Amino acid sequence: MSQSIDHFALLPLYAAAGTAILAFLADLFVAKRAATVAVTALGALATAVLALVVGPEAGTFCTTGACSWVATWPAAVTAALFAALTAGVLALSVPALRLGIAPAGEFCFLLACSMTGGVVIAYAGDLITLIVGLETLTLPLYVLVGLRRSGPAGRAAAASVTFFLISIVSTAVTLLGAALNYAATGAVHLALLHAASGPFAPLAGVGVALLVIGLAFKVAAVPLHAWAPATYDGAPLPIAAYLSTASKLGGVLALAAVVSRVDARAVTAVLAVLTMTIGNLVALRQTRMVRLLAWSSIAQAGYVLAALALGAAGVPAALAYAVLFMVLEFVAFTVVVALRRPGADGGALLDHRGAGRRSPWLGAALVLALAGLAGLPPGLAGLFAKLSVVNVLVQQNWSWLAAVVVLNAVIALAYYVRVAASLYSLPPRIGRSVADPVLVDAALHPRLPVSRPVAAALAVSVTVAVILGFAPQLLFDALT
Amino acid sequence: MNYDYLLTGPTWTTASVLLLALLVVPALGAAVVAVLPARRDRQARIVATGFAAVTFVLSLVPFFAGERGQGWVAFGGPRDTAPLTPWVNLDLPWVPALGLRFHLGIDGISYPLVVLTGLLTLLCCAYTVRKVPKDGGPGRTLSALLLILEVGVLGTFLSLDLILFFVFFEVVLLPMYAVIAGWGGSERRAAARKFVLYTLFGSVLLLLGVVLVVTKAGTGNLIALTGAPGLTRTTQYVVFALLAVAFAVKAPLWPLHTWLPDAHTEAPTVGSVILAGVLLKMGTYGLIRVGVGVAPLGAEWAAPALGILAVIAILAGSLICLRQRELKRLIAYSSVGHMGFVLLGIATLTITGLQAALLGNVAHGLITGLLFFLAGTIKDRAGTGSLDQLSGLRETAPRLAGLFGFAAIASLGLPGLAGFWGEAFAVVAAVRRGGPFWLTLAILGAVGGALTAAYFLRLLRRLTHGPTTPTVHALRSSTAAVEWFAWTPLILLTLAVGVIPALVLAETALPLTTLLGGHP
Repeated sequence: MSQSIDHFALLPLYAAAGTAILAFLADLFVAKRAATVAVTALGALATAVLALVVGPEAGTFCTTGACSWVATWPAAVTAALFAALTAGVLALSVPALRLGIAPAGEFCFLLACSMTGGVVIAYAGDLITLIVGLETLTLPLYVLVGLRRSGPAGRAAAASVTFFLISIVSTAVTLLGAALNYAATGAVHLALLHAASGPFAPLAGVGVALLVIGLAFKVAAVPLHAWAPATYDGAPLPIAAYLSTASKLGGVLALAAVVSRVDARAVTAVLAVLTMTIGNLVALRQTRMVRLLAWSSIAQAGYVLAALALGAAGVPAALAYAVLFMVLEFVAFTVVVALRRPGADGGALLDHRGAGRRSPWLGAALVLALAGLAGLPPGLAGLFAKLSVVNVLVQQNWSWLAAVVVLNAVIALAYYVRVAASLYSLPPRIGRSVADPVLVDAALHPRLPVSRPVAAALAVSVTVAVILGFAPQLLFDALT
Repeated sequence: MNYDYLLTGPTWTTASVLLLALLVVPALGAAVVAVLPARRDRQARIVATGFAAVTFVLSLVPFFAGERGQGWVAFGGPRDTAPLTPWVNLDLPWVPALGLRFHLGIDGISYPLVVLTGLLTLLCCAYTVRKVPKDGGPGRTLSALLLILEVGVLGTFLSLDLILFFVFFEVVLLPMYAVIAGWGGSERRAAARKFVLYTLFGSVLLLLGVVLVVTKAGTGNLIALTGAPGLTRTTQYVVFALLAVAFAVKAPLWPLHTWLPDAHTEAPTVGSVILAGVLLKMGTYGLIRVGVGVAPLGAEWAAPALGILAVIAILAGSLICLRQRELKRLIAYSSVGHMGFVLLGIATLTITGLQAALLGNVAHGLITGLLFFLAGTIKDRAGTGSLDQLSGLRETAPRLAGLFGFAAIASLGLPGLAGFWGEAFAVVAAVRRGGPFWLTLAILGAVGGALTAAYFLRLLRRLTHGPTTPTVHALRSSTAAVEWFAWTPLILLTLAVGVIPALVLAETALPLTTLLGGHP
């Protein structure tokens, strides 16, 4: 049976896949770094714009009662966010690519492939498409994590292998879960997922639990989180930013698609409590910048999971939280990239001591991001994100989980405030006061020039964070 | 539930623009000051003072611009008391998805506190023009932070939407942290961290309480919620328990006060003044406006416990003060005692008690603000705050010693000065409440008042009288003009409020009746 395909609805996917192919061809035939990067960036932006232009559409690849490609507003917004994050990560990589730390052609191609996977996840209407999308998102990242010509090769390779092995296992678990659920209920389409009855009920239950656990790997939920800090810290900074934003968004979307249709409340709630509590407690003891951000992003995933534990009712709040968190996390990573030499890693927290005094604008942006991640003004976006999660939890009579969420926010503030304060702390006195310690510090830490693409990415992401802080309703409207 | 009758038509009037301006002007000032270049540091601080002055003038205006005393016009409808009628009202949608409206208003309860905030911020900004704490960040940043703090505090006092109240309550958290951590004393980091974690703990409980109310009642409109209990008894108990703990951290009420002495001791002078003068008031104001107003049954249920804790705070604060050897720490602990009187007044749940609490709030803001200014000057000149090394101040700095004596006597509650009314009438309200329980509390509170006199007199004996120590002997006695500028308004207002308490209380009877559900 042949069926008509709505190519208009598929435009964002075509744009994303086309970007990957164009990047590949540009590298092959033009062989100029600037051209390849420009093509990829334009392609990513075109994908974002097309996703928003196409907006909600009738689904395509349909069977009775369900479609495999579902174009709704939340799908369009998240697809656009995937594309925007890709463009942003590309901008962050430009200084490193210029120095030839990683090959530009391969880098752009792989990043665009990953974006294609993200777009597929956003629009996926069945479990198979969803898992294929997740794999397309993740597969290029194994290479990207280890893709650097110089620097500490051992750590990058170790990070890459850890990530690869854990991901493979989680995909296998997810697939097994999907298969068991299919065996019990006969459904792969998200719209047709339902609780099994009769003798197959336990089988379907196991299937759902495996599905959720497998997807929880992708959002780095405790106890399936151990890969994240090592991988983030070993990966190049822009890729770490991608892992903690776009890649995590993929996991959140996949989880949201599953838990909103079948009952996975208990397992999600347990994961949520463990994830936020352990993420925050371990983050308290971190001394390296990227590891701290990694643990904090684990904790943040816990808040998203808390909203997802409500099932369908919590999905809008979870998505809103995820989107606002992505924006703030991206701002934080962008500042770290701007503060470090091209191609350097995130460094220890001590390396950032006094950075806010030397570069006031970068310091202010990082404070905005950290305050937002802590859920406090001036990071109003983060405040509203927390508020929306607490709101929906209380509305659904899950006040105990809301209490866990807000108490965790108190723990989290302890380390966010530590980082923010160290940005402005005075340099330590060196021996006798022979010289002005501030001047010595300035001489030892020259202010690095911020390259234009990074500055642009920072300006755009901060603007988005501020706009969403004052008008979060825009986002809530777009996601419902 | 239908609250439409309360949401009266178009809200844009000149007076409501004024409310917005009260928040926009300091925010704009902070932005302007923050972007001024480093070499214009002094000019930036003057600009900040200008913005603070404009805000102060604006904060005075509602009394003349608003429509006062029309409370009974709106009488009627499905409730047995008049609804709260703010003099000025501004109600705009902000985030419908979270039930958040940008709803501001001002009435007799909030007006004195709004003016107090405007005044203290102006004084602190002016003080910063001349005096930037050494060993800290740039002065213009401090001025900008003071203006941001003002936005948060004014927003809290003006909010008539529960969620908006929470948002503004949070605004002050990080700026105050930055003030302590950036310009404070030697142990500033630890003190600032303790402050921020304690207060965030309080405000997350506030968040839970607020969201619970909005979910159960279906509205966050304080006008609709006040005095018209749409919440079940159990919900009110839970909500009041959450809110009481939240505000008790902020106020602070014994035993949740332990962040306060450290924060005060380490904070720079202006930080201490703002912290004691207005930030603590957010706690007591919140307890009156939100706690008692939204969950009256819960308040009734928790009143005895609140009363006991308040009396313990009074006694504990006074006893600790008797043993203090550090000037700022002593004043900080005296705040615990004074806020104990305010909370005792609230716990009686009578009009007299609440009026005593409001008056105590304002008086404490004026007197403790003055005390911290003076203590800052003494510490600044002498280089130490230790009472062992400060003695015989009247020999070298007679005027400073005299002023400190005035402030201390006002703080111990001498009749005729501002501190008297709040504390005396908190005790009177407890006596009037009747019964052995409240009578005991009243007596213990009065004993605490006597102890307050004891430790302040002990302080004066050591600090101003007594043999002159070498530290004090070397002290410069001249007083800068900016210091007189900061002190004079506080001295005059302490006298004025002491003689005419109606300055603060004139318009409070009606809204308080509504808050208490019409049962005076």
